[in-house]
Amino acid sequence: MTAVLDVREAWKVYPGTPPVESVRGVSFTVERGELTTVVGASGSGKTTLLNLAAGLDRPTSGTIRIAGHPIENLSDRMLSGLRAHRLGVVFQRFHLLTHLSVTDNVAMGLLYRGVPAGLRRAAASEALERVGLSHRAGHRADRLSGGEQQRVAIARAVVGRPELVFADEPTGNLDSVSGAGVLELLGELNRDGTTIVVITHDAKVAAAGRRLIEMRDGRIVRDSGGTP
Amino acid sequence: MTLSTELRPPRLRAADLLPVATGGLRTRRARLLLSILGIAIGISAIVAVLGITRSSQADLLARLDRLGTNLMTVFNGSNLSGREVPLPATAALTIRHTEGVEAVAPTAELDGIGVYRSDLIPPQITGGLSVRAADSSLVPTLRGATLVGKHLDEMIGGYPVTVLGHAAAKTLGIADLSGTPRVWIGGRWYTVIGILRPLELAAEIDRSALIGFPSAARDFGHNGRPSRIYVRSRTERTQAVSELLARAANPRSPHEVAVSRPSDALTARLEVADSATALFVGLGAVALLVGGVGIANVMIVSVLERRAEIGLRRALGAARRHVAAQFILESLLLGFAGGVVGVLAGAVITCVVAAGRGWQVLIPPEALGGGLVTAVAIGTLSGIYPAMRAASVPPTEALRTS
Repeated sequence: MTAVLDVREAWKVYPGTPPVESVRGVSFTVERGELTTVVGASGSGKTTLLNLAAGLDRPTSGTIRIAGHPIENLSDRMLSGLRAHRLGVVFQRFHLLTHLSVTDNVAMGLLYRGVPAGLRRAAASEALERVGLSHRAGHRADRLSGGEQQRVAIARAVVGRPELVFADEPTGNLDSVSGAGVLELLGELNRDGTTIVVITHDAKVAAAGRRLIEMRDGRIVRDSGGTP
Repeated sequence: MTLSTELRPPRLRAADLLPVATGGLRTRRARLLLSILGIAIGISAIVAVLGITRSSQADLLARLDRLGTNLMTVFNGSNLSGREVPLPATAALTIRHTEGVEAVAPTAELDGIGVYRSDLIPPQITGGLSVRAADSSLVPTLRGATLVGKHLDEMIGGYPVTVLGHAAAKTLGIADLSGTPRVWIGGRWYTVIGILRPLELAAEIDRSALIGFPSAARDFGHNGRPSRIYVRSRTERTQAVSELLARAANPRSPHEVAVSRPSDALTARLEVADSATALFVGLGAVALLVGGVGIANVMIVSVLERRAEIGLRRALGAARRHVAAQFILESLLLGFAGGVVGVLAGAVITCVVAAGRGWQVLIPPEALGGGLVTAVAIGTLSGIYPAMRAASVPPTEALRTS
C-alpha cells in the first residue's frame, strides 16, 4: 500500500484575539484505494482539514504530503498544478456552471491540465458513463435534478482519474433518495480503484464509509482503521 | 505500484481562454450590454464628430477648390470723415492692367431702384432685392453659370432686359423663361432673359436684378462708376494682387478703397470646425472615461458575485494567472464590443448627417482604428484591478456553503 495523503501534526490557526485553532495537531494517512469518511459536528474542524488535505490551503504548522509532495514549500502555481493533475473535489453545492452543457461541465475537470478540448470531451463522455448520466450529456447543467447535478460534479472530479478525490458533504443538498444514490456511486467508484475521502456531519453517510475518522474540537478523537 | 513524483504546473490552453472568458459574459447579458454602452457612446461620439467634421471640411474644401481663393472684391471705401467714397469710373480698367489679374467684372448698385413682379406693388416692398448694372464679364469672373437663358452681353446690354440672381428669381416667383416674364424696374418693364445659378462667393449678386451699363445710364442716369468690382487673380499671385488692388483702383487715394476676399469666410469656417471638433472629441473622451469606470465597476461586482466560481476554478487547478487572464480578457472583450458598437454607430451617424447635408461621406480611417484600439485599451485597463481581486480569491472559497 502507498500513502496518497499523509498528514503529520497539522495545525491550522487563524489569527485573532484569541486565535482560533481549527485543526490541532492532526495526523493520519490515506492509502491508495481507501474510502475514508471524516465525520464531525459543525465547527469540529473537518472542513478546515479538507482545505488542507485538498491543497486548497496551507497548514500553520506540520506537514501534509499529497501524492508524495509536501505542500508547505510549494509555490501557489505548483500547488495549483497539484490540484489540477492529482486531485478531484466534490462540493456540497455542486458548483456547476449553469450556462454550460453537462459534458462541458465534466470536461472542465481537465481544463487546467492543458488537455485539448476534443480529448476533454471524450474523457467527459466516459466519466458520464461511469456515473450513469450519458443520456444527459447534452443538457444544460441547471436542467438536471439535484441528485443528477451532484453526479455530474462527481464525474467532473473523477474525469482525470486523480489519485485522490475529496467530497465535502456530497449529500448535504440532496434528499435522502438522491443522497443514497450518490453514496452508492462513490462506493462504486471506490471499488473501481478511486481513493476517496468524504467529509460529512451526517451519521448515515458516515456509516456508509469503510474507514471512519471522527473529529471534535480540531482533533481526531477516533480512527477506525489505517495508520495513525 | 509507485506514485509518479513528477510535479507539473497547471496549464490553460490559449484556445480555451476565449471560451472561458466569454462564458462569464454570456450569463449576464443585460448588465453587460449596459456596461458596454458607456464605451459605445464615447467611441461613437468621437467617431461621429471626427467623421462629420471631416465630411464638412471636405465639403468646404471642395467648395473652396471649386470657387477658388483667388476671387477678391473691390468696393466703395470711406474717407477720413466716414463718408462713403465711390470708386473712380476708370477703376475697372486700371485694375485690369495690374499684374496677376486674370479677370475683372465691374458692377454698380443702382441706389433707390427696386425690382418688382408688377407695377402694382408699392415701391417700398423691395423684397430685399436690388438692381445692379453689370456687363458680360461678371459670370465668367465669378465662375458662375446661368440656370436658364443667357447672361448680358454687349449686344443686348442697351436693351430693357435683365438677368436675375438665383435668390432674386425665387423671390419674384420666376422659375423659368416660359411666357417671357417681365419685371418692373424703376418704373419700366424689363424682360427677363436669364436666371443665374447660386453664387456662393457673391451673395449680393444672388439677390439682384442685373441690367447692362448702357440701360442703367439711359434709364436711370447712372454715371458709369462701379460700386463693386470682382477681381479674379492668378492663384499664386493672390496675396500680391490683393495688396495692389486699392492703389490700382484709386491711385490718388488708395485708402478710400475697400478690398475683401470672400473665400476668407469659408476658410474661417474651416477653423471654427476644427475648434468645435476639439471640444466634442474632449466630451467623447470624458464619456469614454466614464465608460471605462463603468466597466471596472461591473467587473468588480462580477468578481464579488463569482467568488464561488473563481474558488471552483482554483480548486480545479487554475493558477492565479489563469483567473486574472480570464477576467482581463472578459473586460477587454467588453471594451472591444463597446468599440465595435461605437465605431459602427459613429459611422452611421456620420453617414446620416452627411447625407442630410448633401456632403460626401468621409470617415477618417484613423478614427475607426483608433476608436477600436482605444476601446480595447480602456476595457483592458478597466479589467486590471478587478482581475487582481479575482486572482486573490482563495481556492477555499469554493467550499463555503453560504
